Amino acid sequence: MPSRTGPRIFIKGNEAVAHGALAAKCRCFFGYPITPQNEIPEMMSSAICEAGGEFVQAESEVAAANMLLGATAAGIRAMTSSSSPGISLKQEAISYMAGSELPGVIVNMSRGGPGLGDIGPAQGDYFQSVKGGGHGDYRTLVLAPATCQEAYDLTIEAFDLAFKYKNPVLVLGDAIIGQMKEPVTTWTPEHIAEGEAADWGLSGAKGRPKRLVKSLFLEDGALAGHNLMLKDKYERMRAEVRFETFETEDAELVVVAFGSIGRIAKSAVRKLRKAGRKVGLFRPITLYPFPDEALRALAAGGRRFLTVEHNLGQMVEDVRLALAPHTGSGFFSILPGNLPTPDDFEAPILGALEG
Amino acid sequence: MQAKEKIVFERPMSVIDRATHYCPGCQHGVIHRLVGEVLDEMGLREKAILVSAIGCSVFLYNYLDVDAVEAPHGRAPAVATGVKRARPDNFVFTYQGDGDLASIGLAEIMHCANRGERVATVFVNNTIYGMTGGQMAPTTMIGQKTTTCPGGRCREREGQPLKMAEIIAGLGGTAYCARVAVDTVKHLTAAKKALRKAFEVQEKGLGFGFVEFLATCPTGWKMTPVKANERIAEELIPYFPLGEFKDESKNTEAC
Ligand SMILES: Cc1ncc(C[n+]2csc(CCOP(=O)(O)OP(=O)(O)O)c2C)c(N)n1
Repeated sequence: MPSRTGPRIFIKGNEAVAHGALAAKCRCFFGYPITPQNEIPEMMSSAICEAGGEFVQAESEVAAANMLLGATAAGIRAMTSSSSPGISLKQEAISYMAGSELPGVIVNMSRGGPGLGDIGPAQGDYFQSVKGGGHGDYRTLVLAPATCQEAYDLTIEAFDLAFKYKNPVLVLGDAIIGQMKEPVTTWTPEHIAEGEAADWGLSGAKGRPKRLVKSLFLEDGALAGHNLMLKDKYERMRAEVRFETFETEDAELVVVAFGSIGRIAKSAVRKLRKAGRKVGLFRPITLYPFPDEALRALAAGGRRFLTVEHNLGQMVEDVRLALAPHTGSGFFSILPGNLPTPDDFEAPILGALEG
Repeated sequence: MQAKEKIVFERPMSVIDRATHYCPGCQHGVIHRLVGEVLDEMGLREKAILVSAIGCSVFLYNYLDVDAVEAPHGRAPAVATGVKRARPDNFVFTYQGDGDLASIGLAEIMHCANRGERVATVFVNNTIYGMTGGQMAPTTMIGQKTTTCPGGRCREREGQPLKMAEIIAGLGGTAYCARVAVDTVKHLTAAKKALRKAFEVQEKGLGFGFVEFLATCPTGWKMTPVKANERIAEELIPYFPLGEFKDESKNTEAC
């Protein structure tokens, strides 16, 4: 574990993402304006250049994601960020990156949808993030920060995971994470190796056979073989499961929530614990791979579950699938346009606890 | 006395010795060879990174002995931007068809040129979507029949064929822009010269280089290779004039 002894700074979640990317030695950033993620490209436009990197304000999110494809094909640490409507536009390139095994990092500070929706927080992009989003049979790692500190930490980790698996990694926050300000303890990873893509990145065929980055496989059986190789990789990615449990040990009811909602739910759980109620929290940090085994283990103890999301019910499908051999999960929905407080969760949690 | 043999024509080093998948009379192969010759002559093979586009020429990466990445349909100039920003010391070029570049990828090519990205684009205008079976392209000629304009392209409904070389030349970041053809030896010579200049402006750091090639698609045009080659001079060149539309290759400063 690297020592986390850098300066403690008071920043927005969006800035934490940018700081994290710079600490992870991100060399190229490709952006396009959209609320509520604008601080990321705004900060990167100067900071990455000062660090010797490159910033491009692309003509569209389509172009930005394809610039990411190009930079990562060259074996460079690179990133793009956007919010929901822009992330829809990036899906084609994300699919190509998955098919071509490229380590792109994509940040989604999501907002309300569908369509133009609103510019407030929402978690309506869960399905898009974890079930593919673009065309074809592929997976992306999805990391969901709940604090500005985690936005910083997980952005650094996103680059490591992307290169470890040669796969796109999505950091899924929302307008709350992006816009709130918190103290963040910065740290600099020491393990980032120069030339980590030396054996596959495009650099010109000098003194070695030429290299080809592609996702087209027309020869008989080639695509099937390629997809089976990807499947194997996705299996290996299961080792990256991350989650937080809080007061679950003797809990009779476990709230399942991710990202900003997980954090607000934690406050509600804390308050109810003080009142002697046996409730706990399970917060998936990796949405893909989904921490289904850990969740199932909790269910084996006979607990009840309540999934809370800022949408009409998306992650709850994965929760129910994970719990299926033992039990189910209730669901409490927060709609876009609302910023929930811990108190809003009290009644539904108590309702679920009492059955 | 025996006559001394002298080799006057060889396969360029940058071109791989294998059969291509192209239809008889298709000029993609001729243009591939020109690209290979210029890469050889400028000593660029070992530093070149090709961004191939979606279309008949997607397999260019099987024919050139250079590093390559495959871009989604129309996005090659954005992918090339990413490659070049990541590896400014490499020579980066795209090779795109007219459906790819002038239709779905219009935003990407115009902004790449306008930013003056230090990349080059080889644009092959065969006035049709070849790979998907001969549908109408933005460059299809008025009256030309395709599978999606079986009565012939109509100006009122489908607009005029886009003149990409003229459009790209009008953009600030373009350092070199020309339209060429490969239907005659004279045109081939001029085409190679243009390609060389388009590559040179990148090497000199002057800006974006662009060459539009008028090319045949005998299968899509439903013509013999000879007739298709004749169509270049008879129908295409009168509407798509050949020549240099912008040349800042003599400049010493970036545009
Ligand atoms: C997003 C997307 N839309 C459509 C296609 C199908 N497609 C493949 S090649 C092609 C057109 C190629 O035509 P052109 O660029 O003119 O090149 P040519 O084949 O004539 O050389 C199209 C539309 C695709 N691959 N991706």
